[in-house]
Amino acid sequence: MSVGQAIPTMVGEPPDDELQQRFLYEMLLIRRFEEKCAEMYTRGKIRGFLHLYTGEEACAVGAINALRDDDKIVTHYRDHGHALARGVEPNRIMAELFARVGGTNEGRGGSMHIFDVSKNFLGGYAIVAGHMPIAVGLGLAANLSDEDWAALCIFGDGGVGEGEFHEALNLAAIWKLPVVWFCENNGYGMGVPFDDSLANDVYKIAAAYQMPSVRIDGMDVLEVYSATQLALAHVREGNGPYFIEALTYRYRGHSMADPELYRTKAEVEEYRKRDAIERLKRSMIADGLIDEPTYQALVAQVDAEVDEAVAFADASPEPGLHTLYDHITKEYEGESG
Amino acid sequence: MTEMRMRDAIREAMREEMLRDDRVFLMGEDIGAYGGSYACTRGLLDEFGPERVRDTPISESGIVGAGVGAALAGFIPMVEIMTINFSLVALDQIVNNASKLHYMSGGQVNVPLVLRMASGGGSQLGATHSHSLEGMFAHFPGLTVVCPAFPGDAKGLLKRSFREPNPVVFIEHTALYGARGEVPDDPDHLVEFGQAATVRSGKDVTLVGYSGSVHQCYRAADMLAEEHGLTADVIDLRTIRPLDMSSVIRSVRRTNRAVVVEDDWKFGGFAGEIAAQIMERAFDWLDAPVARVAGKDVPMPYNRNLEYAALPSEEDVVEAVLSML
Ligand SMILES: Cc1ncc(C[n+]2csc(CCOP(=O)(O)OP(=O)(O)O)c2C)c(N)n1
Ligand SMILES: [Mg+2]
Repeated sequence: MSVGQAIPTMVGEPPDDELQQRFLYEMLLIRRFEEKCAEMYTRGKIRGFLHLYTGEEACAVGAINALRDDDKIVTHYRDHGHALARGVEPNRIMAELFARVGGTNEGRGGSMHIFDVSKNFLGGYAIVAGHMPIAVGLGLAANLSDEDWAALCIFGDGGVGEGEFHEALNLAAIWKLPVVWFCENNGYGMGVPFDDSLANDVYKIAAAYQMPSVRIDGMDVLEVYSATQLALAHVREGNGPYFIEALTYRYRGHSMADPELYRTKAEVEEYRKRDAIERLKRSMIADGLIDEPTYQALVAQVDAEVDEAVAFADASPEPGLHTLYDHITKEYEGESG
Repeated sequence: MTEMRMRDAIREAMREEMLRDDRVFLMGEDIGAYGGSYACTRGLLDEFGPERVRDTPISESGIVGAGVGAALAGFIPMVEIMTINFSLVALDQIVNNASKLHYMSGGQVNVPLVLRMASGGGSQLGATHSHSLEGMFAHFPGLTVVCPAFPGDAKGLLKRSFREPNPVVFIEHTALYGARGEVPDDPDHLVEFGQAATVRSGKDVTLVGYSGSVHQCYRAADMLAEEHGLTADVIDLRTIRPLDMSSVIRSVRRTNRAVVVEDDWKFGGFAGEIAAQIMERAFDWLDAPVARVAGKDVPMPYNRNLEYAALPSEEDVVEAVLSML
């Protein structure tokens, strides 16, 4: 498997110092949160499928920071990083993973289905590419209401093989919808290398649907941020959708159940050398924005937040059995609506 | 009251709801200039324009999912799926997304989406184009499944569907589009979900149907009265989820016999659900086992005689009743 050369993109607004601090903080938060999740999984606190995001932090942080608060996000099941980057409270995400009442979804959703409507975070979706048509509907709603918010749809390279990917891109293109399609190409769909499962490069497949389509370095948060800014400006101006293929890599297995027979440790080590957090840290040190002690202080701050999330989750009660039937349907309130 | 055909009642319902609430919009294959493959949307494009009466590509999963997304963002979309047969390629959106998002999100989001689709065999369209899958949709918690038998109910139920904060699968029998009936003029006339209608009263047997099979029950009741001196309760379920079993049970406790009629396959079908619930709640009142009259266990044949043999008929209903006496 080779990731290939990233195509250089035009750059949007360069992120200022404060934004870079934020990127570093959020990427670290995701990294440490995910590592804590792995630990909690082995301790039996988190059950079910658990797909971790370590290695891919620059995608979530770069893309989501380019959004406005009123933009809407739908994403796939590897969603903790996206939720954290959107500002969903770590406490409530962890409590959801612990299946507690204090969780984002009151313990009904789990790792793959994080929702937080207050952040316009409209869900993690666990059927590969199943959320892509939903992004079409969000874009349609933006256009029908004459508002200039946009939808960001994040998915994996595996989604490109699904019919729903193609239906969704086609619909967004013919209706000129404000949707930014963001493919996190981490090299694999479970254990299958993407170049074994697709007839063409992802960004070229998307380009066939008559939208701008770029391949970027998904392990460079600054590049992801700039590219997404450009994409959003494009879609907000009524030019129709925009496609970004971000080349990235996941450090852990597909899920906690993955014995990783399909790749070598050496390959993983190779990608770790390009680690997005290390890269930003180095450049920020070079620019005099941080030094090693302030970096260590940031790590300590993030770790404290993650510990607090675990404590919050642990203290939150399990949903009572009498609530089993809650939320199957929303109550009809008669003639108000 | 105005007499009109089923398809016109359906169109009136959509039209009135679009006039009433500008969050309502329609999309589907050929619902615009073509007027809908069963002519239910004829004229609406001219009246409301292409933004609100949106022709789509042949992408059932895509357009149902788009309906879900627009519903999440505050709209009330109606997606017309040309026929129920094509809903099979949109099941991911209906089953994994529309029906579950309210629950999975812990009640944070809801999906006010109306999915209309035409159902049923009898037109020699062969096995891929003759499904009756009402019972399949009724299987999924989170969905409401509406199956009207008369134009007046179709209008009131469809208008009610547009007011529902959850996804509604609204299923229209192709054989009934031209059927005429009295339709209330009042634009506020709604028919509530989960309320069966007793369309005919008798004392010897309870005949239960929905959609097209209500008419078979009705004709069978005529035959029973004229030829055998027997009278039947005919119950039109109107919605099969929520399901008004109380009306069925009340009737069965009086008549002590029940026949459930549907077009769908008998094996694993919805009639089995009703029969089981009658057994659970009225076992001691039954004078005979509950009978099911349903589709034969074959893919629908093209040949006219074979197709007729595969579908339930009023004669089958009469025969089932006579065999329980
Ligand atoms: C429709 C469907 N088929 C199969 C699966 C099982 N599955 C879950 S994740 C996955 C791989 C997806 O890979 P990709 O889209 O590249 O995302 P990544 O896990 O690499 O982030 C598969 C096959 C599924 N969830 N949905
Ligand atoms: Mg992948």
